[in-house]
Amino acid sequence: MSALLQVEGLSVQFATDRGPVRAVEDLSFSVAAGETVAMVGESGSGKSTAALSLLRLIEPAGGQVSAGRILFDDVDLLGLSSRQLRGVRGSRIGMIFQDPMMALNPIFTIGWQISESLREHLGLSRRAARDRTIELLQRVGIPAPEQRIDQYPHNLSGGMRQRVMIAMALACRPSLLIADEPTTALDVTVQAQVLALINTLKDEFGMAVLLITHDLGVVWETAQRVVVMYAGRKVEEGSVSDVFERPEHPYTRGLLKTARLTDDRAGPLVEIPGTVPNAFEMPHGCRFAPRCAQAFARCEDGVPPDIKVAVGHDVACLLAERAP
Amino acid sequence: MKSFLHFWRRFRRNRAALVALFVLLAITLIAIVGPYVYTVDPFEMMGRASTPPSKRFWLGTDVSGRDVLAGLIHGARVSLLIGVAASLCATLVGLIVGAVAGYYGRAVDNILMRCTDFFLTIPSFVFAVVLIAIFRPSVTNVTIAIGIVSWPPVARLVRAEFIAQREREYVLAARALGMSDIEIMIRQILPNALPPVIVVSSLLVATAILTESGLSFLGLSDPNVISWGYMIGVGRTVLRLAWWMPAIPGIAILVTVLCINLVGEGLNDALNPRVQRR
Repeated sequence: MSALLQVEGLSVQFATDRGPVRAVEDLSFSVAAGETVAMVGESGSGKSTAALSLLRLIEPAGGQVSAGRILFDDVDLLGLSSRQLRGVRGSRIGMIFQDPMMALNPIFTIGWQISESLREHLGLSRRAARDRTIELLQRVGIPAPEQRIDQYPHNLSGGMRQRVMIAMALACRPSLLIADEPTTALDVTVQAQVLALINTLKDEFGMAVLLITHDLGVVWETAQRVVVMYAGRKVEEGSVSDVFERPEHPYTRGLLKTARLTDDRAGPLVEIPGTVPNAFEMPHGCRFAPRCAQAFARCEDGVPPDIKVAVGHDVACLLAERAP
Repeated sequence: MKSFLHFWRRFRRNRAALVALFVLLAITLIAIVGPYVYTVDPFEMMGRASTPPSKRFWLGTDVSGRDVLAGLIHGARVSLLIGVAASLCATLVGLIVGAVAGYYGRAVDNILMRCTDFFLTIPSFVFAVVLIAIFRPSVTNVTIAIGIVSWPPVARLVRAEFIAQREREYVLAARALGMSDIEIMIRQILPNALPPVIVVSSLLVATAILTESGLSFLGLSDPNVISWGYMIGVGRTVLRLAWWMPAIPGIAILVTVLCINLVGEGLNDALNPRVQRR
């Protein structure tokens, strides 16, 4: 089966006063049609940068894709003209952001903002766009959409605003939705509702979802596959059940322990000692080695290769080599 | 229509702005239809020189016996026309320069802002005088000259607004929805950046009127049209003998400029959704 989105060897760098910084290095993963893939990692692991660079949204922020290919429906997005790229953005790949307050233009009604996208990509008339917008607002569970459509973002609650963002992103029925920490800024109770909504709409529209998050609970509940990121590199990838039940990378194991999804939640909080290495002083070998309790000499020699431990389960750790 | 009603409801809350708006509308009306109603030629000698306000000449005559009322009515046209046109010119140039500089940043910003700085370093009134001296005074040239000397502050303001807005997530979201740079600048950021710009450009109308008055006071205006500044210039020499001669056009300028400023403030209150009732 050919993947809907196939990322190969993606590297993203930012130019700084102290030279270029690689925020994402040699990242490869794929998302099949209709599948939910979660990308997890702590702050600064490069997961948001990776997500933004998929639609080449990183360029205005000073970032640059320095290597790799981003194949969407077998077309390399990096090779598209800005005009062709705009045709993909919003219409075939939708994106929602972390803070729904910030991501909506404060001075326009939500209806205007949603219909803008409809008119842009589908060429609908004002009237038709408005009808479609009301329909969409209803789909994403906003009560009394006929009234809400003329309200401003500041009239809505956080959960409502994220629903509006989702309606906007899905207005043109994209085949892939990139959700960059969609629930981080929301209350816990609202988080579950928004996730459930994304799941329902995913099935209904038959779209794939790339979910960027640091919340392993969210991954467990919504994703089929997971990509674990650490300091700009992918350290482990596999089906959620494989990775959660048989994590191979010490970092993944640490993450799962800190999330305390399985243990009895008694006792002190678990933490992974140390911090993410400074972008200017990245270790040559495995980037997790300085924090890893099981690290040995060869870990510092070079970047560990991706090792297949099961079907569709890869891990970039030398420990996996020893395993039978 | 609905949004206009909303705007009007908010604007109305500022009483001073409301009154000022009506005064301005009255002045505009006088400027437009006045010359057809009061058909006295402002350059024609109508009576004895320097007569104080009387039944025949409501506002008196000037040193050459010309009707001050006629001058005031005809002058309103020139003052308002030049004020509004020059402000529009300056706002347009400032918007374009500031938006492009602020949105694209880096080298583009550097080049455009150094140009802006160059214009800012020259005292604007002196610069206007030089421009008029080179290009001979006519209503069009005076307008353009005032526009040229007034755009830099607008450009700087617009740039600052664009820099503040361009990092906002809604710009990223708009880009993720497939909007082009131009669309994002005009449809997404500009409306957010506009309220302070509207206020500044309404103030610019006032400064433009003052600059125009200053120029014509110095005799650097179109010799074929009468303006308030020109009338002050003529009356200046007899200030102690016939105070009404410079005072009347002076009051006209004061009232107009004050009203424009008040309306500008009212616009700010009404256009900015973040300014809730205070």
